[in-house]
Amino acid sequence: MISQVFILSSKGDHLIYKDFRGGAGNDIVSIFYEKVTALTGDQPPVVMNHKDIYFVHIRQGGLYWVATTTAGSSPFTITEFLNRLAALVKDYCGSLSEKSVQMNFALIYELLDEIVDYGYIQTTSSDVLKNFIQTEAVTSRPFSLFDLSNVGLFGAETQQSKVAPSSAATRPIQSSREQGGKSEIFVDVIERMTVVIGSNGLLMKADVEGEIRVKCYMPSCSEMRIGLNEEFSIGKSQLRGYGAAVRVDECSFHQAVRLDEFDSHRILRLCPSQGEQTVMQYQLSDDLPSALPFRLFPTIERDNGGRLLMYMKLRCDLPPKSLSQELSSPDQSAELKPQSRAVVWKIARFAGGTQLSALFKLEVPSLSSASMLEVGPVGLSFELPKITATGLQIRFLRLSPIQPGPSQRWVRYVTHSDSYTIRI
Amino acid sequence: MPYLGGEETVRELRRALSNPNVQSDPLRYRNTILKVIRTMSQGVDVSGLFSEMVKACATVDVVQKKLVYVFLCSYATLNPELSLLVINTLRKDCQDPNPMVRSLALRNMTNLRLPSLVEYVEQPLTAGLRDRAACVRRVAVLGWAKLHNLHPSSEIDAAVVNELYSLLRDPDPVVMVNCLRALEEILKEEGGIAINKPITHHLLNRLKECDIWGQSEVLRVLQRYRPQSEDELFDILSLLDSFLVSPHPPVMAATLSLFLSISSNLPVISLAALERVSGPLLAACGSGSREMRFAAVCHIQLLLRSVPGLLGPHYKRFFCGYAEPAYIKERKMQVLVELVNDENVAMILDELKGYCTDVNTDTAQAAISAIGRIGRSYSDRCLQILTGLLGLKQDHITSAVVQTMRDLVWVCPQCSDTVCLALDGCEETLQDIQGRQALLWLLGVYGERISTAPYTLEVLIDRVRSEASLGIKMELLTATMRLFLCRPAETQDMLGRLLHYCIEEETDMCVRDQALLYYRLLHCGIEKTREVLQGRRSDPSLGVLIGRPAKPVSQWARCFNTLEPLSQGAVEAESDSRGSPEHVTYNSKPNADLSDTLSCSHIEEVHSGAEKIEEVDCAWIEECVRCPAVLHCSPQSLQAAMQLVNIQTLAFTPQQMLPWRVYLYTHTQRSHSMDAPNTTLILGELLCTGEANQKSGVKKGTADSEAGAEGKEDQLVRKEMDATADRLRVSEDGQEEEEGIKVILNQQPKDDDALRQFLTILITVLNTLSSEKD
Repeated sequence: MISQVFILSSKGDHLIYKDFRGGAGNDIVSIFYEKVTALTGDQPPVVMNHKDIYFVHIRQGGLYWVATTTAGSSPFTITEFLNRLAALVKDYCGSLSEKSVQMNFALIYELLDEIVDYGYIQTTSSDVLKNFIQTEAVTSRPFSLFDLSNVGLFGAETQQSKVAPSSAATRPIQSSREQGGKSEIFVDVIERMTVVIGSNGLLMKADVEGEIRVKCYMPSCSEMRIGLNEEFSIGKSQLRGYGAAVRVDECSFHQAVRLDEFDSHRILRLCPSQGEQTVMQYQLSDDLPSALPFRLFPTIERDNGGRLLMYMKLRCDLPPKSLSQELSSPDQSAELKPQSRAVVWKIARFAGGTQLSALFKLEVPSLSSASMLEVGPVGLSFELPKITATGLQIRFLRLSPIQPGPSQRWVRYVTHSDSYTIRI
Repeated sequence: MPYLGGEETVRELRRALSNPNVQSDPLRYRNTILKVIRTMSQGVDVSGLFSEMVKACATVDVVQKKLVYVFLCSYATLNPELSLLVINTLRKDCQDPNPMVRSLALRNMTNLRLPSLVEYVEQPLTAGLRDRAACVRRVAVLGWAKLHNLHPSSEIDAAVVNELYSLLRDPDPVVMVNCLRALEEILKEEGGIAINKPITHHLLNRLKECDIWGQSEVLRVLQRYRPQSEDELFDILSLLDSFLVSPHPPVMAATLSLFLSISSNLPVISLAALERVSGPLLAACGSGSREMRFAAVCHIQLLLRSVPGLLGPHYKRFFCGYAEPAYIKERKMQVLVELVNDENVAMILDELKGYCTDVNTDTAQAAISAIGRIGRSYSDRCLQILTGLLGLKQDHITSAVVQTMRDLVWVCPQCSDTVCLALDGCEETLQDIQGRQALLWLLGVYGERISTAPYTLEVLIDRVRSEASLGIKMELLTATMRLFLCRPAETQDMLGRLLHYCIEEETDMCVRDQALLYYRLLHCGIEKTREVLQGRRSDPSLGVLIGRPAKPVSQWARCFNTLEPLSQGAVEAESDSRGSPEHVTYNSKPNADLSDTLSCSHIEEVHSGAEKIEEVDCAWIEECVRCPAVLHCSPQSLQAAMQLVNIQTLAFTPQQMLPWRVYLYTHTQRSHSMDAPNTTLILGELLCTGEANQKSGVKKGTADSEAGAEGKEDQLVRKEMDATADRLRVSEDGQEEEEGIKVILNQQPKDDDALRQFLTILITVLNTLSSEKD
């Protein structure tokens, strides 16, 4: 049971406040914000309580999404609800930010009204909600040259127009109603890598959490078939096909997915509802089919002047050409962040099969041989487009019946680093 | 939030709202109302616009209607009279052909929260229950709950309750779940909705139709159901099996809660369910949402209490990501400590070592104390890491390491040599109070082995005038006294100075009293002082058992899937109950320490002590058992045998060693007090001294404590244990020639049945063990 829901900006501005059960004091939002700011760290615990009011909050899009409840409620339900709420707001407003929430507050109140009644969650399915939500989303798209580049000269098809602009998936689902012709469907394969490499260069841990996400802008879509690699296998023992097997340890599906053809042909069948949904989740531990994307060769020394020298050689072990071909000189930057005691090395682009190196010289007061031990670990955060660490691919994407009018189907792959740590 | 120019804004908005030109233009009208709501969400008091907004309510534009309702529901309680005007519009809307408008009107009618409007609302609500459209029925059902809570005293018509019960069979699953929720609220005083067999089976059969929110709600309500037969129970369990491994954490958690509650007297089933659920829980630990991860890790901690070895092979899943927030890291480290075994200890320690230099000091300190915890079973490896960390000369790290070493030394006295060597030079880096206190304690206790101890203390004594912390002064006194006992020549002078300062100049009563006490103690002679100050040491021959005993599932099942495991308090209780013994005993001030040790020096005093316990309704029974062969049992088999009958061993000496000791405890339900479910704590010691004179004493202290007050219980155990040990030493002197095992039961309040029962079980176990050996 949820008593109140409110959304705060990171500075503590009240963006949305909805009281479902009544009886709570008006100062409850300020109490929460005081609790958050009273803590020294920037990461307040998920659950905090004030007398017998419990605050559960999540952070998304730089905002605090808070629900107040009683001690006996399920943390899983409340957290999942807040996540779902944030996802719905993102679906309806196009993106998640303080600005988009501010501009669409009427829409969000309407959403909240339909999702929760008297503190009880009624429905969060976008199929149901679309019948009730009347307010139109307001978006602010900053003018961008990229939009222009998609328009071919005299209507000719340019190279660019074959690639979906990155902003294509960040628009409200409802606008499809008006635009009519622009019915699109996005299938994203997103993987998150968690890797720990020991100081001796040995791989200590490699985990991949992946999911297939479908984002549907079609007003109606009866059935969609997603074909995965034929040799896709689940579990340690089972192997299919003769080629390099694509294997995951565990795999779970959205309840709407029908799996009648999964065992024989690795085909997922589903009727996607509007908006974003995770169709399949999978997870693989330890033995990855391909080499790790990055290796680091660090040398840490102390020079005579008492300076700390860090020589980093970073190699990208992806197959060449797997990244974009625009090989401009990598515009890198490095910055010392005294607050977090870290050097941040930013690399805009990194082509497969290449190697970058950097030398950092740091003036450290009272540098001793012992403080060398404090250096490290190196954490990498990256995004690899068009690559999946597990090798999962989507063979085909079929919609039936064939959509009237032009429809576009996009398949995108991306691997994120959840935590890629290299010990020194 | 105070908003500058709030009044000005309100005035402007009112002008715009009452402008006929605006009112005639729907788009402008709607935009003005939008502005009102926006100002409202920013925290400005716009209640003054109530009458203008009431007018705006009468419109055909649904979006405008919704906006106005948001406003009205927020301010209705401030303007009950004006709200009456809205009711007419709302009632008219309830007749609207569009079901969406009907449900909207009905919902907001009940959301106004005005007791005076109840009479107008009841009729449309009754009609709403029979509406054709499901969305209207959903609202109407919950509307009755809202109505009931407005007037908690007034009886809701029995006909309505019956109608709600019948709506449980509504074709729409949300209506069904809402009926459950409404009935739970309306019938709260009768203990909620009646969960009988037909309702349960109906709900279970329709579970698949509900969405995840409905499923978790139904599963939660069903926890009250008790199956009538074992067959029924198993039918339910097999029906729910697929929900147990649901990819949605809310459903999975609710199902597990239900499993645990309906199979509470079938521990095998509960354990099997825990095993089954570990997969989805682990998946939730890797969820993209870090809040969900946190919830999952916290619940895994609960699971581990009952099945310590459950996730051993998956320890890598609990390695911390570098970008993870500190609150997750801390919990993950706690889990890692639980999962340590021979195979993974190297990997886990290596990983934890990496966290020790974390930028966040809390994380770093948590990592260090985690290493210390592992050090109880793998002391050499851990001490190596800890000593290495001292080399970094960072104050927060050094402080954490010294505290960890103090804790470790108490449990594993064999580490003391390494610790003594490592302590050199720490005092320069230490800044904070806890760290310095820990160092002082170590210097006092192991002063004879740390060559620089007197010099370190001298520096502190010279600076005692500027010392602000009370704790440090007390600690310094005790440490100097202890050091004086083993190295009198070097310490005499500085002890004199310190005592003089504390007695003559110190303003704090506590410190002064302490100093006076020591001063008078010294007058009693060096032997007496030694007895008091060095009385309590951990026994080097005791090996602490690795891992905690598995607790029954029922102990935590109640708080599974609630916010309790996630809240801050739980962390403290957890670390407290797992903290090392000296944390409690040592922090309980040297005074407590003193009285304990004093009493052990005089036999008479012990007896008086025993009487004292009896005064507060305690029982203390002695018993002798002949089973000499138990002595030759391996610790493992003894432990296994004890665990079979739910007796947990705390610590024991190695085999064949004399004096041979085992400490054990158990929780039992008090037999005759079924109405008050208090648990009794029984604590015992097995002791065997001479070779020819087999003499064992079993002492038990039982104490009633609230089930769930974990930390307190543990604290109690330690105190009792110390006390028991002391008393035992005495009885040992007194009755040298007696043979067999002596059982002494100490209980509070008297409950002979439980005590006798326990004694019989214990004797049976011991006899069985010794007959096996024979």
